[in-house]
Amino acid sequence: MTLDFAAVLSRWPMFVDGAVMTMKLAVGATLVGFAIGTVGAVARRSKLGWAQRAATAYVEAIRNTPLLVQIFLVYFGLASIGLKLPAVTVAMAALIINVGAYATEIMRAGFDSIHKGQLEAAECLALSRRQVYWHVVLLPAMERVYPALTSQFVLLMLASSVCSQISAEELTAVANFVQSDTYRPFETYILVAAGYLLLSLVMRAAFWGLGLLLFPRRRSLGTAL
Amino acid sequence: MSTGLNANHLLYLLQGAAWTLGLSLIAFVGGGLLGLAVALCRVSPIKAVRVLTSGYVQLVQGTPLLVILFMTFFGLPALGLNISPLTAAGVSLTLYVSAYLGEIWRGCIQSVPRAQWEAAECLALTRLQRMRMVVLPQAIRIATPPTVGFMVQIVKNTSLASVVGFVELARSGQIINNSVFEPFLVYVIIAALYFAMCFPLSRWSQRLERRGAQARYQAAADLPQAATLSPT
Repeated sequence: MTLDFAAVLSRWPMFVDGAVMTMKLAVGATLVGFAIGTVGAVARRSKLGWAQRAATAYVEAIRNTPLLVQIFLVYFGLASIGLKLPAVTVAMAALIINVGAYATEIMRAGFDSIHKGQLEAAECLALSRRQVYWHVVLLPAMERVYPALTSQFVLLMLASSVCSQISAEELTAVANFVQSDTYRPFETYILVAAGYLLLSLVMRAAFWGLGLLLFPRRRSLGTAL
Repeated sequence: MSTGLNANHLLYLLQGAAWTLGLSLIAFVGGGLLGLAVALCRVSPIKAVRVLTSGYVQLVQGTPLLVILFMTFFGLPALGLNISPLTAAGVSLTLYVSAYLGEIWRGCIQSVPRAQWEAAECLALTRLQRMRMVVLPQAIRIATPPTVGFMVQIVKNTSLASVVGFVELARSGQIINNSVFEPFLVYVIIAALYFAMCFPLSRWSQRLERRGAQARYQAAADLPQAATLSPT
Protein backbone atom coordinates (compact mmCIF):
# COMPACT_ATOMS: atom_id res chain seq x y z
CA MET A 1 0.00 0.00 0.00
CA THR A 2 1.26 3.46 -0.83
CA LEU A 3 0.59 6.76 0.84
CA ASP A 4 -1.99 8.87 -0.89
CA PHE A 5 -2.63 12.30 0.55
CA ALA A 6 -5.02 13.58 -2.14
CA ALA A 7 -8.29 12.64 -0.41
CA VAL A 8 -7.06 13.90 2.93
CA LEU A 9 -5.60 17.12 1.59
CA SER A 10 -8.85 17.97 -0.17
CA ARG A 11 -10.41 18.48 3.30
CA TRP A 12 -7.90 21.18 4.13
CA PRO A 13 -10.48 23.78 5.23
CA MET A 14 -11.59 21.43 8.01
CA PHE A 15 -8.02 21.03 9.19
CA VAL A 16 -7.56 24.79 9.23
CA ASP A 17 -10.74 25.18 11.31
CA GLY A 18 -9.49 22.50 13.68
CA ALA A 19 -6.08 24.13 14.03
CA VAL A 20 -7.72 27.50 14.71
CA MET A 21 -9.84 25.91 17.43
CA THR A 22 -6.76 24.24 18.94
CA MET A 23 -4.97 27.59 19.01
CA LYS A 24 -8.01 29.28 20.56
CA LEU A 25 -8.07 26.67 23.31
CA ALA A 26 -4.32 27.01 23.83
CA VAL A 27 -4.23 30.80 23.91
CA GLY A 28 -7.32 31.09 26.13
CA ALA A 29 -6.05 28.49 28.59
CA THR A 30 -2.59 30.09 28.57
CA LEU A 31 -3.90 33.55 29.45
CA VAL A 32 -6.35 32.52 32.15
CA GLY A 33 -4.08 29.72 33.38
CA PHE A 34 -1.23 32.18 33.85
CA ALA A 35 -3.48 34.49 35.88
CA ILE A 36 -4.60 31.56 38.04
CA GLY A 37 -1.00 30.45 38.39
CA THR A 38 0.08 33.85 39.67
CA VAL A 39 -2.76 34.05 42.18
CA GLY A 40 -2.19 30.41 43.16
CA ALA A 41 1.52 31.00 43.72
CA VAL A 42 0.77 34.01 45.94
CA ALA A 43 -1.70 31.84 47.87
CA ARG A 44 0.81 29.02 48.24
CA ARG A 45 3.31 31.42 49.78
CA SER A 46 0.81 33.35 51.87
CA LYS A 47 0.77 33.29 55.65
CA LEU A 48 -2.94 32.46 55.66
CA GLY A 49 -3.10 28.78 56.51
CA TRP A 50 -6.33 28.05 54.63
CA ALA A 51 -5.20 29.78 51.43
CA GLN A 52 -1.93 27.91 51.47
CA ARG A 53 -3.62 24.56 52.08
CA ALA A 54 -6.25 25.15 49.41
CA ALA A 55 -3.67 26.10 46.80
CA THR A 56 -1.48 23.10 47.69
CA ALA A 57 -4.43 20.71 47.50
CA TYR A 58 -5.40 22.16 44.11
CA VAL A 59 -1.89 21.76 42.71
CA GLU A 60 -1.41 18.22 44.03
CA ALA A 61 -4.85 17.04 42.92
CA ILE A 62 -4.36 18.29 39.37
CA ARG A 63 -0.75 17.30 38.94
CA ASN A 64 -1.39 13.73 40.06
CA THR A 65 -4.40 12.88 37.89
CA PRO A 66 -4.63 12.53 34.09
CA LEU A 67 -6.03 15.37 31.99
CA LEU A 68 -8.41 12.92 30.31
CA VAL A 69 -10.05 12.13 33.66
CA GLN A 70 -10.16 15.83 34.57
CA ILE A 71 -11.94 16.63 31.33
CA PHE A 72 -14.55 13.94 31.95
CA LEU A 73 -14.95 15.09 35.56
CA VAL A 74 -15.60 18.68 34.51
CA TYR A 75 -17.89 17.52 31.70
CA PHE A 76 -20.04 15.25 33.87
CA GLY A 77 -19.65 17.42 36.95
CA LEU A 78 -21.16 20.41 35.19
CA ALA A 79 -23.85 18.22 33.66
CA SER A 80 -24.79 16.76 37.03
CA ILE A 81 -25.48 20.23 38.45
CA GLY A 82 -27.67 20.86 35.43
CA LEU A 83 -25.29 23.04 33.41
CA LYS A 84 -25.36 21.97 29.79
CA LEU A 85 -22.51 23.81 28.10
CA PRO A 86 -21.00 23.38 24.64
CA ALA A 87 -18.14 20.89 24.49
CA VAL A 88 -15.62 23.59 23.60
CA THR A 89 -16.48 25.61 26.72
CA VAL A 90 -16.09 22.53 28.89
CA ALA A 91 -12.78 21.71 27.20
CA MET A 92 -11.54 25.24 27.79
CA ALA A 93 -12.56 25.11 31.45
CA ALA A 94 -10.79 21.78 31.97
CA LEU A 95 -7.62 23.01 30.25
CA ILE A 96 -7.61 26.17 32.37
CA ILE A 97 -8.01 24.20 35.58
CA ASN A 98 -5.22 21.89 34.46
CA VAL A 99 -2.64 24.42 33.35
CA GLY A 100 -3.44 26.71 36.29
CA ALA A 101 -2.00 24.11 38.65
CA TYR A 102 1.22 23.75 36.67
CA ALA A 103 1.57 27.52 36.34
CA THR A 104 1.08 27.85 40.11
CA GLU A 105 3.98 25.51 40.75
CA ILE A 106 6.22 27.26 38.23
CA MET A 107 5.40 30.78 39.44
CA ARG A 108 5.96 29.67 43.03
CA ALA A 109 9.48 28.60 42.08
CA GLY A 110 9.92 32.03 40.50
CA PHE A 111 8.74 33.87 43.61
CA ASP A 112 10.94 31.66 45.78
CA SER A 113 13.94 32.67 43.70
CA ILE A 114 13.60 36.36 44.59
CA HIS A 115 16.31 37.13 47.12
CA LYS A 116 15.28 38.78 50.37
CA GLY A 117 17.96 41.41 49.87
CA GLN A 118 16.14 42.60 46.77
CA LEU A 119 13.04 43.36 48.85
CA GLU A 120 15.08 45.17 51.46
CA ALA A 121 16.83 47.18 48.78
CA ALA A 122 13.48 48.10 47.26
CA GLU A 123 12.28 49.23 50.68
CA CYS A 124 15.40 51.37 51.12
CA LEU A 125 14.61 53.01 47.79
CA ALA A 126 11.19 53.92 49.22
CA LEU A 127 9.28 52.07 46.54
CA SER A 128 5.60 51.66 47.26
CA ARG A 129 4.19 48.21 47.98
CA ARG A 130 2.71 48.05 44.53
CA GLN A 131 5.96 49.09 42.86
CA VAL A 132 7.88 46.51 44.85
CA TYR A 133 5.44 43.81 43.87
CA TRP A 134 5.53 44.69 40.21
CA HIS A 135 9.17 45.62 39.57
CA VAL A 136 11.01 43.58 42.17
CA VAL A 137 8.87 40.49 42.67
CA LEU A 138 6.54 39.71 39.77
CA LEU A 139 8.53 40.71 36.71
CA PRO A 140 11.90 39.27 37.81
CA ALA A 141 10.17 36.09 38.99
CA MET A 142 8.46 35.77 35.64
CA GLU A 143 11.70 36.45 33.85
CA ARG A 144 13.42 33.59 35.63
CA VAL A 145 10.72 30.98 35.04
CA TYR A 146 9.77 32.21 31.57
CA PRO A 147 11.34 29.22 29.73
CA ALA A 148 9.65 26.70 32.03
CA LEU A 149 6.36 28.56 31.83
CA THR A 150 6.32 28.79 28.05
CA SER A 151 7.25 25.15 27.49
CA GLN A 152 4.41 24.23 29.83
CA PHE A 153 2.04 26.23 27.63
CA VAL A 154 3.32 24.48 24.50
CA LEU A 155 2.75 21.14 26.23
CA LEU A 156 -0.76 22.34 27.05
CA MET A 157 -1.44 23.04 23.38
CA LEU A 158 -0.38 19.50 22.53
CA ALA A 159 -2.41 18.09 25.43
CA SER A 160 -5.51 19.89 24.17
CA SER A 161 -5.75 17.03 21.62
CA VAL A 162 -7.38 15.07 24.45
CA CYS A 163 -10.38 17.41 24.19
CA SER A 164 -11.35 15.48 21.06
CA GLN A 165 -12.71 12.87 23.48
CA ILE A 166 -15.62 15.10 24.48
CA SER A 167 -15.99 16.05 20.81
CA ALA A 168 -14.69 19.59 21.05
CA GLU A 169 -14.00 20.33 17.38
CA GLU A 170 -10.26 20.85 17.56
CA LEU A 171 -7.54 19.46 15.31
CA THR A 172 -7.52 15.87 16.58
CA ALA A 173 -11.31 15.64 16.49
CA VAL A 174 -11.22 16.84 12.88
CA ALA A 175 -8.59 14.19 12.14
CA ASN A 176 -10.78 11.48 13.65
CA PHE A 177 -13.66 12.60 11.48
CA VAL A 178 -11.61 12.86 8.29
CA GLN A 179 -9.95 9.47 8.76
CA SER A 180 -13.30 7.72 9.23
CA ASP A 181 -14.58 9.55 6.17
CA THR A 182 -11.65 8.93 3.82
CA TYR A 183 -10.37 5.58 5.20
CA ARG A 184 -6.91 7.13 5.09
CA PRO A 185 -5.91 7.07 8.78
CA PHE A 186 -2.13 6.99 8.36
CA GLU A 187 -2.08 9.94 5.96
CA THR A 188 -4.54 11.89 8.12
CA TYR A 189 -2.55 11.50 11.31
CA ILE A 190 0.76 12.21 9.59
CA LEU A 191 -0.72 15.46 8.33
CA VAL A 192 -2.14 16.32 11.75
CA ALA A 193 1.14 15.47 13.46
CA ALA A 194 2.86 17.88 11.07
CA GLY A 195 0.18 20.44 11.90
CA TYR A 196 0.84 20.14 15.64
CA LEU A 197 4.57 20.37 15.02
CA LEU A 198 4.01 23.57 13.09
CA LEU A 199 1.72 24.99 15.80
CA SER A 200 4.28 24.22 18.49
CA LEU A 201 7.00 25.94 16.45
CA VAL A 202 4.74 28.95 15.95
CA MET A 203 4.01 29.08 19.68
CA ARG A 204 7.68 28.82 20.60
CA ALA A 205 8.59 31.58 18.15
CA ALA A 206 5.79 33.79 19.51
CA PHE A 207 6.91 33.22 23.11
CA TRP A 208 10.49 33.99 22.13
CA GLY A 209 9.40 37.28 20.58
CA LEU A 210 7.19 38.09 23.55
CA GLY A 211 10.12 37.39 25.85
CA LEU A 212 12.23 39.95 24.00
CA LEU A 213 9.46 42.51 24.40
CA LEU A 214 8.72 41.77 28.06
CA PHE A 215 12.25 41.42 29.34
CA PRO A 216 14.56 44.01 27.80
CA ARG A 217 17.22 43.16 30.36
CA ARG A 218 17.36 39.64 29.07
CA ARG A 219 17.67 41.02 25.57
CA SER A 220 20.66 43.19 26.39
CA LEU A 221 22.42 40.72 28.70
CA GLY A 222 21.46 37.56 26.88
CA THR A 223 20.61 35.95 30.21
CA ALA A 224 18.00 36.06 32.94
CA LEU A 225 18.85 38.05 36.03
CA MET B 1 -32.26 5.75 38.20
CA SER B 2 -28.96 4.16 38.94
CA THR B 3 -28.34 0.50 39.57
CA GLY B 4 -25.76 1.41 42.16
CA LEU B 5 -22.08 0.84 42.49
CA ASN B 6 -21.14 -2.44 44.17
CA ALA B 7 -18.00 -4.28 45.25
CA ASN B 8 -17.68 -6.05 41.91
CA HIS B 9 -17.47 -2.74 40.15
CA LEU B 10 -14.71 -1.60 42.48
CA LEU B 11 -12.87 -4.86 41.91
CA TYR B 12 -13.10 -4.29 38.18
CA LEU B 13 -11.68 -0.78 38.64
CA LEU B 14 -8.79 -2.17 40.68
CA GLN B 15 -8.12 -4.66 37.92
CA GLY B 16 -8.01 -1.72 35.50
CA ALA B 17 -5.61 0.04 37.84
CA ALA B 18 -3.36 -3.03 37.74
CA TRP B 19 -3.30 -2.78 33.94
CA THR B 20 -2.46 0.91 34.22
CA LEU B 21 0.54 -0.03 36.33
CA GLY B 22 1.48 -2.80 33.89
CA LEU B 23 1.30 -0.49 30.91
CA SER B 24 3.28 2.15 32.81
CA LEU B 25 5.97 -0.45 33.47
CA ILE B 26 6.10 -1.44 29.80
CA ALA B 27 6.37 2.22 28.81
CA PHE B 28 9.03 2.94 31.40
CA VAL B 29 11.21 -0.04 30.52
CA GLY B 30 10.80 0.32 26.75
CA GLY B 31 11.04 4.10 26.82
CA GLY B 32 13.96 3.94 29.25
CA LEU B 33 16.01 1.66 27.01
CA LEU B 34 15.28 3.69 23.91
CA GLY B 35 15.71 6.90 25.92
CA LEU B 36 19.18 5.83 27.04
CA ALA B 37 20.10 5.30 23.40
CA VAL B 38 18.67 8.74 22.57
CA ALA B 39 20.63 10.38 25.41
CA LEU B 40 23.89 8.71 24.34
CA CYS B 41 23.33 9.65 20.71
CA ARG B 42 22.64 13.25 21.73
CA VAL B 43 26.13 13.50 23.25
CA SER B 44 27.78 11.51 20.47
CA PRO B 45 31.00 12.90 18.96
CA ILE B 46 29.51 12.36 15.48
CA LYS B 47 27.54 15.41 14.42
CA ALA B 48 25.16 13.55 12.06
CA VAL B 49 24.05 11.28 14.92
CA ARG B 50 23.43 14.27 17.19
CA VAL B 51 21.42 16.10 14.55
CA LEU B 52 19.34 13.03 13.67
CA THR B 53 18.42 12.20 17.29
CA SER B 54 17.71 15.85 18.00
CA GLY B 55 15.29 15.77 15.05
CA TYR B 56 13.65 12.66 16.46
CA VAL B 57 13.21 14.31 19.86
CA GLN B 58 11.78 17.50 18.33
CA LEU B 59 9.40 15.43 16.22
CA VAL B 60 8.05 13.36 19.12
CA GLN B 61 7.94 16.28 21.57
CA GLY B 62 6.14 18.43 19.02
CA THR B 63 3.33 15.92 18.46
CA PRO B 64 0.61 15.02 20.96
CA LEU B 65 0.82 11.50 22.37
CA LEU B 66 -2.78 10.98 21.32
CA VAL B 67 -1.91 11.59 17.65
CA ILE B 68 1.06 9.20 17.89
CA LEU B 69 -1.29 6.64 19.40
CA PHE B 70 -3.87 7.07 16.61
CA MET B 71 -1.10 6.84 14.05
CA THR B 72 0.07 3.48 15.37
CA PHE B 73 -3.39 2.08 16.11
CA PHE B 74 -5.27 3.18 12.99
CA GLY B 75 -2.38 3.91 10.69
CA LEU B 76 -0.28 0.76 10.90
CA PRO B 77 -3.21 -1.61 10.13
CA ALA B 78 -3.88 0.48 7.01
CA LEU B 79 -0.30 -0.29 5.99
CA GLY B 80 -0.98 -3.99 6.45
CA LEU B 81 0.33 -4.44 10.00
CA ASN B 82 -2.25 -5.72 12.43
CA ILE B 83 -1.75 -4.57 15.96
CA SER B 84 -3.61 -4.95 19.25
CA PRO B 85 -4.55 -2.01 21.49
CA LEU B 86 -1.90 -3.10 24.00
CA THR B 87 0.82 -3.17 21.34
CA ALA B 88 -0.28 0.19 19.94
CA ALA B 89 -0.30 1.75 23.41
CA GLY B 90 3.02 0.12 24.31
CA VAL B 91 4.71 1.29 21.12
CA SER B 92 3.40 4.88 21.25
CA LEU B 93 4.17 5.29 24.94
CA THR B 94 7.67 3.89 24.37
CA LEU B 95 8.30 6.46 21.62
CA TYR B 96 6.87 9.26 23.74
CA VAL B 97 8.80 8.32 26.89
CA SER B 98 12.06 7.81 24.99
CA ALA B 99 11.99 11.37 23.63
CA TYR B 100 11.37 12.96 27.03
CA LEU B 101 13.60 10.69 29.14
CA GLY B 102 16.29 10.94 26.47
CA GLU B 103 16.32 14.73 26.80
CA ILE B 104 16.22 14.61 30.61
CA TRP B 105 19.10 12.15 30.69
CA ARG B 106 21.12 14.07 28.12
CA GLY B 107 20.95 17.07 30.46
CA CYS B 108 22.10 14.91 33.35
CA ILE B 109 25.01 13.45 31.39
CA GLN B 110 26.10 16.93 30.34
CA SER B 111 25.82 18.28 33.87
CA VAL B 112 28.54 15.90 35.08
CA PRO B 113 31.42 18.38 35.61
CA ARG B 114 33.70 18.79 32.62
CA ALA B 115 36.74 18.08 34.81
CA GLN B 116 35.49 14.53 35.37
CA TRP B 117 35.43 13.89 31.62
CA GLU B 118 38.91 15.35 31.26
CA ALA B 119 40.30 13.42 34.22
CA ALA B 120 38.97 10.19 32.72
CA GLU B 121 40.64 11.07 29.47
CA CYS B 122 43.94 11.75 31.26
CA LEU B 123 43.71 8.26 32.76
CA ALA B 124 43.66 6.94 29.19
CA LEU B 125 40.18 5.44 29.53
CA THR B 126 38.50 4.71 26.22
CA ARG B 127 35.32 6.64 25.37
CA LEU B 128 33.22 3.64 26.35
CA GLN B 129 35.04 3.15 29.65
CA ARG B 130 34.79 6.83 30.44
CA MET B 131 31.05 6.78 29.85
CA ARG B 132 30.47 3.56 31.75
CA MET B 133 32.83 4.04 34.69
CA VAL B 134 33.00 7.79 35.21
CA VAL B 135 30.16 9.75 33.62
CA LEU B 136 27.09 7.50 33.83
CA PRO B 137 27.45 6.57 37.53
CA GLN B 138 27.48 10.27 38.40
CA ALA B 139 24.77 11.13 35.90
CA ILE B 140 22.46 8.49 37.39
CA ARG B 141 22.54 10.26 40.75
CA ILE B 142 21.59 13.55 39.14
CA ALA B 143 18.98 11.83 36.97
CA THR B 144 17.06 10.00 39.68
CA PRO B 145 14.74 12.80 40.94
CA PRO B 146 13.59 14.03 37.49
CA THR B 147 13.18 10.43 36.29
CA VAL B 148 10.92 9.56 39.22
CA GLY B 149 9.04 12.80 38.55
CA PHE B 150 8.55 11.80 34.94
CA MET B 151 7.13 8.44 36.02
CA VAL B 152 4.10 10.41 37.20
CA GLN B 153 3.66 11.67 33.63
CA ILE B 154 3.92 8.09 32.34
CA VAL B 155 1.24 6.78 34.69
CA LYS B 156 -1.07 9.66 33.80
CA ASN B 157 -0.49 9.32 30.08
CA THR B 158 -1.37 5.63 30.04
CA SER B 159 -4.94 6.89 30.45
CA LEU B 160 -4.86 7.77 26.74
CA ALA B 161 -4.68 4.05 25.92
CA SER B 162 -8.36 3.94 26.91
CA VAL B 163 -9.12 5.83 23.71
CA VAL B 164 -8.08 2.90 21.51
CA GLY B 165 -10.00 0.47 23.71
CA PHE B 166 -7.28 -0.89 25.96
CA VAL B 167 -8.98 -1.67 29.27
CA GLU B 168 -6.89 0.12 31.85
CA LEU B 169 -8.19 2.27 34.70
CA ALA B 170 -9.87 5.03 32.67
CA ARG B 171 -11.44 2.57 30.23
CA SER B 172 -12.68 0.24 32.96
CA GLY B 173 -14.29 3.29 34.54
CA GLN B 174 -16.05 4.16 31.28
CA ILE B 175 -17.32 0.59 30.98
CA ILE B 176 -18.67 0.60 34.53
CA ASN B 177 -20.24 3.98 33.98
CA ASN B 178 -22.10 2.55 31.01
CA SER B 179 -23.82 0.08 33.33
CA VAL B 180 -24.38 2.14 36.50
CA PHE B 181 -24.63 5.55 34.85
CA GLU B 182 -23.20 7.62 37.65
CA PRO B 183 -20.48 9.40 35.68
CA PHE B 184 -19.45 11.93 38.31
CA LEU B 185 -19.06 9.37 41.09
CA VAL B 186 -17.24 6.92 38.84
CA TYR B 187 -14.78 9.55 37.61
CA VAL B 188 -14.13 10.79 41.12
CA ILE B 189 -13.19 7.23 42.10
CA ILE B 190 -10.97 6.91 39.01
CA ALA B 191 -9.28 10.21 39.78
CA ALA B 192 -8.70 9.09 43.37
CA LEU B 193 -7.13 5.84 42.17
CA TYR B 194 -4.81 7.72 39.80
CA PHE B 195 -3.95 10.07 42.65
CA ALA B 196 -3.13 7.09 44.87
CA MET B 197 -0.67 5.87 42.24
CA CYS B 198 0.90 9.21 41.33
CA PHE B 199 1.09 11.08 44.62
CA PRO B 200 3.64 8.72 46.26
CA LEU B 201 5.82 9.04 43.16
CA SER B 202 5.58 12.85 43.25
CA ARG B 203 6.50 12.90 46.92
CA TRP B 204 9.37 10.50 46.38
CA SER B 205 10.72 12.67 43.58
CA GLN B 206 10.48 15.79 45.75
CA ARG B 207 12.31 14.08 48.59
CA LEU B 208 15.08 12.88 46.27
CA GLU B 209 15.39 16.38 44.86
CA ARG B 210 15.74 17.92 48.30
CA ARG B 211 18.32 15.33 49.32
CA GLY B 212 20.25 15.98 46.10
CA ALA B 213 20.20 19.73 46.68
CA GLN B 214 21.49 19.23 50.23
CA ALA B 215 24.28 16.97 49.00
CA ARG B 216 25.29 19.51 46.37
CA TYR B 217 25.23 22.29 48.95
CA GLN B 218 27.42 20.19 51.24
CA ALA B 219 29.82 19.42 48.39
CA ALA B 220 30.07 23.10 47.53
CA ALA B 221 30.74 23.94 51.18
CA ASP B 222 33.49 21.30 51.34
CA LEU B 223 35.14 22.39 48.14
CA PRO B 224 37.25 25.37 49.31
CA GLN B 225 38.81 23.26 52.08
CA ALA B 226 39.69 20.53 49.64
CA ALA B 227 41.24 23.13 47.38
CA THR B 228 43.46 24.51 50.14
CA LEU B 229 44.61 21.03 51.07
CA SER B 230 45.87 20.25 47.61
CA PRO B 231 49.26 21.67 46.73
CA THR B 232 49.08 24.51 44.29
